[in-house]
Amino acid sequence: MDPVFAFSITKFLGQPEAASRHAGQIDHMNEVVHWFMLVLFVGWTLFFFVTLCKFHRKANPKASYRGITSHFSTHLEIIVVLVEVVLLLGFAYQLWSERVDGIPSATDKDVVRIRAVGEQFRWSFHYAGEDGLFGLVSAERIDAGNPVGLVKEDPSSKDDFLSPELMLPKGRKVVIQVTAKDVIHNLALVPMRIQQDAIPGMEIPMWFVPTKTGRWDIVCAQLCGAAHAKMVAKMKCVEDAEYQDWASGRSKAAKAAAVAVAKN
Amino acid sequence: MSATEASHSEAHDHHDGHDHHELSFWQKYVFSTDHKVIGIQYGITSLIFLAIGFFLMMVMRWSIAYPDRPLPMVGDWPFFNKWIGEDGLVTGDLYNMFGAMHGTIMVFLGVVPLAFGAFGNYVTPLQIGAPDMAFPRLNMASYWFYLLGGVLMFISFFLDSGAAKAGWTNYSPLANITDQQYRDLFWTSQTQWLMAMVFLITSSLLGAVNFITTIINLRAKGMTWMRLPFFCWAQLVTGFLLLLAFPPLEVAAVMQLMDRLAGTSFFIPTGLHVGGNMVDAAGGGSPLLYQHLFWFLGHPEVYVLILPGIGIVAEIVANNTRKPLWGYKTMVGAVMVLGFLSFIVWAHHMYLTGMGTAISTFFQTTTVLISIPSVILITSILLSMWGGSIRFTMPMLWATAFIPMFGIGGLTGLPLAFNYLDLHLHDTYYVIGHFHYVVAPGTIFALFAGIYYWYPKQTGRQMNSFLGHLHFWPSLLCMNLIFAPMFIQGMAGMHRRAFDGGAAYEQISSQVYLEQGHPLAVLFNAIFRGGADLPVEVINLNLLTSAGAFLLALAQVPFVINFFLSMFRGAKSDERNPWQGTTLEWMCPTPPPHGNFDREPVAYRGPYEYSVPGEERDFTPQFEPDTRVTEARPLPSLH
Repeated sequence: MDPVFAFSITKFLGQPEAASRHAGQIDHMNEVVHWFMLVLFVGWTLFFFVTLCKFHRKANPKASYRGITSHFSTHLEIIVVLVEVVLLLGFAYQLWSERVDGIPSATDKDVVRIRAVGEQFRWSFHYAGEDGLFGLVSAERIDAGNPVGLVKEDPSSKDDFLSPELMLPKGRKVVIQVTAKDVIHNLALVPMRIQQDAIPGMEIPMWFVPTKTGRWDIVCAQLCGAAHAKMVAKMKCVEDAEYQDWASGRSKAAKAAAVAVAKN
Repeated sequence: MSATEASHSEAHDHHDGHDHHELSFWQKYVFSTDHKVIGIQYGITSLIFLAIGFFLMMVMRWSIAYPDRPLPMVGDWPFFNKWIGEDGLVTGDLYNMFGAMHGTIMVFLGVVPLAFGAFGNYVTPLQIGAPDMAFPRLNMASYWFYLLGGVLMFISFFLDSGAAKAGWTNYSPLANITDQQYRDLFWTSQTQWLMAMVFLITSSLLGAVNFITTIINLRAKGMTWMRLPFFCWAQLVTGFLLLLAFPPLEVAAVMQLMDRLAGTSFFIPTGLHVGGNMVDAAGGGSPLLYQHLFWFLGHPEVYVLILPGIGIVAEIVANNTRKPLWGYKTMVGAVMVLGFLSFIVWAHHMYLTGMGTAISTFFQTTTVLISIPSVILITSILLSMWGGSIRFTMPMLWATAFIPMFGIGGLTGLPLAFNYLDLHLHDTYYVIGHFHYVVAPGTIFALFAGIYYWYPKQTGRQMNSFLGHLHFWPSLLCMNLIFAPMFIQGMAGMHRRAFDGGAAYEQISSQVYLEQGHPLAVLFNAIFRGGADLPVEVINLNLLTSAGAFLLALAQVPFVINFFLSMFRGAKSDERNPWQGTTLEWMCPTPPPHGNFDREPVAYRGPYEYSVPGEERDFTPQFEPDTRVTEARPLPSLH
């Protein structure tokens, strides 16, 4: 993936496949940082072992009062600072800003908008449906048949639908509004290289562009109670056409059901 | 310095009083105001808590490695009967309880009390040449508040609800809603955790005030700031961290307590919906406020865990390389900068809570900045060894191992400093590996070094070196067996706090790490899977980690034997200065009496005057006025 590094430390450490557009940037930065760490570690370790052998009491019975007189460590310190400055200015600030300031606009029709609602111990994925608008939600409306508390009177809620599996279209921008009903969870999409705390009372957006089709685990990455370890959900990334079929089918079905309920 | 003179004349009063009225057993050994006795009380209590915290971790490690096998050996204990599942497996509740208490006990009841309460209390007054702490009664109160908090924490295991199970960070609203089903909310897990924390924080605040006052006011004649041993500098900065960082957590604990007991909603947001029911609370509170208050303590607390350890290592390295610390003044500057910066990095624990660019930029910058003084400290210690005449005594072995172990912990903190990389690494095992390298083979090794180093000062005997080696080498190996695989698991995307070790996330945990037939896979399978010809998956590394943890427990047996046996059988080192040290603790009698010094301690030079050119011996103690006169001038009033 990264031509600069014939040997990839992060791959060696077991970094899994990536499936989103910005994942490559994360993996690349991770790789750079790990090479920097490795160089420092190997350098320090060599110095460490040479020192232990060379200045063992038997090898050097008389200690030197002054010790090291070279300024090498100062230079090294300056190099470390410079590399860190490059990492901050060249990578960290800008990339993070892209994540949180570059969230696609709500009016952009091409964007897939999903709400992820966590609860002990499952996720509900709330899709806006064909009108592209989320219906109102209210905690007072939550019950077994209405896990996210949709306000059914709201017209924009009629075509909204829920899915226990996170369905994603390949190649389109996805914005997920992450929230929770009870305690703090965390929606972690490992192959997408993104995770976001799901905090009750707050709805926090995260966005990415899936680039690979496949089906993967969704991890709950914040301790949420006794069955935290079992809070498994799945995400499935499919070609855009397949996604659109699925979404419009589900949306129409939801609308039909809403109409039927209204008639009764 | 009139203040120090006054304190010394007070010391003589103490001394005289001691001569005239013999203290009762209770006054002398239990309700003592003597800093050395309090230090030892802190030491023994915290070692017991370290063992308890370790035991909790072993149960957790069993569950992680063998989620489908019953817990061995403890099946008949009434406590476990209540909590394990019908099939003898560790449940999520039991795991969460032990996880929360492992963190709490290790941090607040184990490492900090040992590093600050025990070593700080015992060594600091000796090194600055003071007869005792500035406020001996406050010091005693500090220990008893600590013990009270600890006992309460321990008792909470046996409540109907069991102990706290919302993580050692006790995040709201999980902590608020946990165990709400019990009638008497006061006697439930989370409530008692908060009560105990209030006692522990009170204890730390009393200790902090005492240390700061003592180091500032009770330094002996001639003990100028730049003659202060680095250990005392580290303790001084630690004192300030505790003093300034703990009050916000105390406030947070009281607020959460009110949320639990008095129906307030400081941390409970509007519209909380738990298990199908609306939560009966006013709402309008902020779960993030709790996190800010917690981590405002939480991050300085990390340095409270580390700094005393670095102080101990610095003392031992200077003593065993027989040369001065390299860059002592730079180290003093670095430790102060570190202390300051540690107050403005806390939100890097909260990178995934929805942080904007401005705040993220600030906290990433400060987090990276704090690496600079850290690198200066560890580099100075490493460079101090160059040119030395290193003797690998028991304390020095531990101090030497501390350097690369702490180095790994520090370096792996670097990727975590970046908000962007936390999108992948946050709350994975990578983080667990990182901070355990800092605290376990880092700080705890430093603490072992300190025990082996100052043991002869109190007992007049050396700890056995054979048992010491039997303790050191397996511990070093096992620590790495435990924590190194965590970097691999974390990079693979395995997240923390799963009682089944991540088995439910089959796809992530079953990634192949070593192909079938790889020599290491063959070795791994031969040891752990009866020679089966299988690839090694990321989750299988749990077997390695857990085996390391169980072996690490065995490796502590020689230490326990050594600790007690050497009190009676250890090689005698009756003289005051068995390590040919230079700092003031080596001038007082062994063991130091009440009041510590039998002649006036005066510091004539810097703390690490080893191998001074032109001197006959390779050490020139702080307390000797001139190298040709070996006896310091006795104080007239003593005779």
